[in-house]
Amino acid sequence: MESNQVLLTAKSTRKQGFSDPFFKAMVAVFAWSLVFLAGLLVVILVTSSWSSIKEFGWSFLWTSEWDPVAERYGILPIIYGTLVSSILALVIAVPISFGIAIFLAELGPSWLRSPLGMLIELLAAVPSVIYGLWGIFVLVPVLRTVVEPFLGKYFGFLPLFQGPPYGVGMLAAGIILAIMIIPTISSISREVFLTVPISMKEGAFGLGATRWEMVRLAILPPSRSGLLGAVLLGLGRALGETMAVTMVIGNRHDISLSLFAPSYTMASLIANEFSEATSNLYTSALMETGLILLIITLILNIVARTLVWSVSRTARGGR
Amino acid sequence: MKISKRFLNMTAGVMGLLLAVSTPAIAEKTMLINGAGATFPYPIYSKWFSEYQKVNPAVAFNYQSIGSGGGIKQISARTVDFGASDAFLTRDQLMQAPGKLIHIPTVAGAVVITYNIPGLTQRLKFTPEAIAGIFLGKIKNWSDPEIAKANPDVNLPSADIIPVHRSDGSGTTAIFTDYLSSISSAWKSNVGKGTSVNWPAGLGGKGNEGVAGTVKQTPNSVGYVELAYAEKNNLAYGEVQNKSGNFITPGLAATTKAVEGKLDSMPDDFRISLVNPDGAEAYPISGLTWILVYQKQKDAVKGKAIVEFLKWAIRDGQKYAKELLYAPLPEQMVEKIEQRLSEIEVGK
Repeated sequence: MESNQVLLTAKSTRKQGFSDPFFKAMVAVFAWSLVFLAGLLVVILVTSSWSSIKEFGWSFLWTSEWDPVAERYGILPIIYGTLVSSILALVIAVPISFGIAIFLAELGPSWLRSPLGMLIELLAAVPSVIYGLWGIFVLVPVLRTVVEPFLGKYFGFLPLFQGPPYGVGMLAAGIILAIMIIPTISSISREVFLTVPISMKEGAFGLGATRWEMVRLAILPPSRSGLLGAVLLGLGRALGETMAVTMVIGNRHDISLSLFAPSYTMASLIANEFSEATSNLYTSALMETGLILLIITLILNIVARTLVWSVSRTARGGR
Repeated sequence: MKISKRFLNMTAGVMGLLLAVSTPAIAEKTMLINGAGATFPYPIYSKWFSEYQKVNPAVAFNYQSIGSGGGIKQISARTVDFGASDAFLTRDQLMQAPGKLIHIPTVAGAVVITYNIPGLTQRLKFTPEAIAGIFLGKIKNWSDPEIAKANPDVNLPSADIIPVHRSDGSGTTAIFTDYLSSISSAWKSNVGKGTSVNWPAGLGGKGNEGVAGTVKQTPNSVGYVELAYAEKNNLAYGEVQNKSGNFITPGLAATTKAVEGKLDSMPDDFRISLVNPDGAEAYPISGLTWILVYQKQKDAVKGKAIVEFLKWAIRDGQKYAKELLYAPLPEQMVEKIEQRLSEIEVGK
């Protein structure tokens, strides 16, 4: 009986010995195929935007004119619009998301936590065109009639809140994006908070900490790098969002300090104009816009990774 | 029962496939014609394709409404049997195509000026100067004399005008900017015409629904949308003064009149813009949409089928235009196109 079992085990080991290299090769192919695809993407983007790169050079990045009739293209206002709308979204979404996450992980009554958590995650599944339509028909009128006149009246001394209240514009885009990235950031941060060992929380309570002090001292510090990761994922979604943004941002190639003013983002520009772009240079300029968006995303990712890395290093060093 | 039926269907499908592969005679019987291009005429084209099935069950169509730009690219690369476009090809684009492409007009459409002025009940009248001034950002207020002089009975508010345009490239924008270029030299030299232009003023909305939505939501705004879209959604739209000085309410008959107004100057290749036509009752902001085919059809059978279909579309197919809110082509035009179609060379 026993010898039989040993034989069986040995047999299966031998079998594994045979299947292991095959399995390894297979998953390696999967992993490398992604790298290959990403590389191919870059190659295609560069080759198809080549005529635009040749024609405009660096001026593509710092001129503001986008004129398909005269075939002069510059994307400075669009880079600005992309960055500002995403940053605005983060400014709104991050505090709210962290609040939601803390409530769901620590403070909320336990019967409420999982239904509420599910509801918030459900928001992530709403198609972006629905957000866009909601933006046009609900958010924009409220902004135009209530929020923007209010901000203009009491905070109009700031350049951020000047100009006529159109409703559509940078503020509307920032708010829509914030609503879209809150589920991402809050559900990941909740998971991060839940990984904090109970012993640390109990320790904080044991030392006489209040709930807020416990959150501040025991939960937030070890979660820092995870939270940064959550914010990054949110930022990624905000930068690439197309449909909802283009429906509320006003689609104008202008740089304006005011959040009331219409603006434009890179993803929206490509989605808007690609299907009817007839000339080679036009298509090429849109392709180059895609390439620049890819590069910006890459740079932001590298910066953020470095941040995560340095934060986690100082956290470890402090311990 | 259900499963066995599905299984039967599947086997039948597989058998059919095998048969089709093994016997080319059967494969030829249901010929698939591929087309791609403009989105604006897509509703009437799909109506035509399904109606034509009744006329000739042996021909089936596959049309991808990917936009005029895509249609021009695909027919130039010969990846489809016909292209469709709301803008006619430029001389350069024609030169770049591997063969001689011809333009077959199918229907006409119009672009209307829609606006939102709270409390206004009368239909507004627009002079060409007013339209150009508003979209150039020169006329900034509804009480501007250029608007007021055409609307003496209307109590216009003293409010800032918010112009709204299409943010996506579109045939609608091509027609509208073509019109603006034809009536305003300032527009022609500063902005020009095209599927997307560098707008001097206003907000951009994506698609007809984006412009209409923004106009509906924004008091004192003005935008432009397709006539069909405005009709279906009960938008308020204005009368436009035409070349003869009459204010014309946009409509299908007035659009067909615009085609008639251009008949005398119609070139043989039908590459013509309809804006600002002659004719007392013609609506001035309209345009044709075209199907693009090669003069020399390589595949004799398929080429013949395409020509037959196009002949049917411009003659019998026109009766479906009105219910779908497209303007049918005038009789004289149809005769000219038929003549052109008979010149297509099929076979080698």
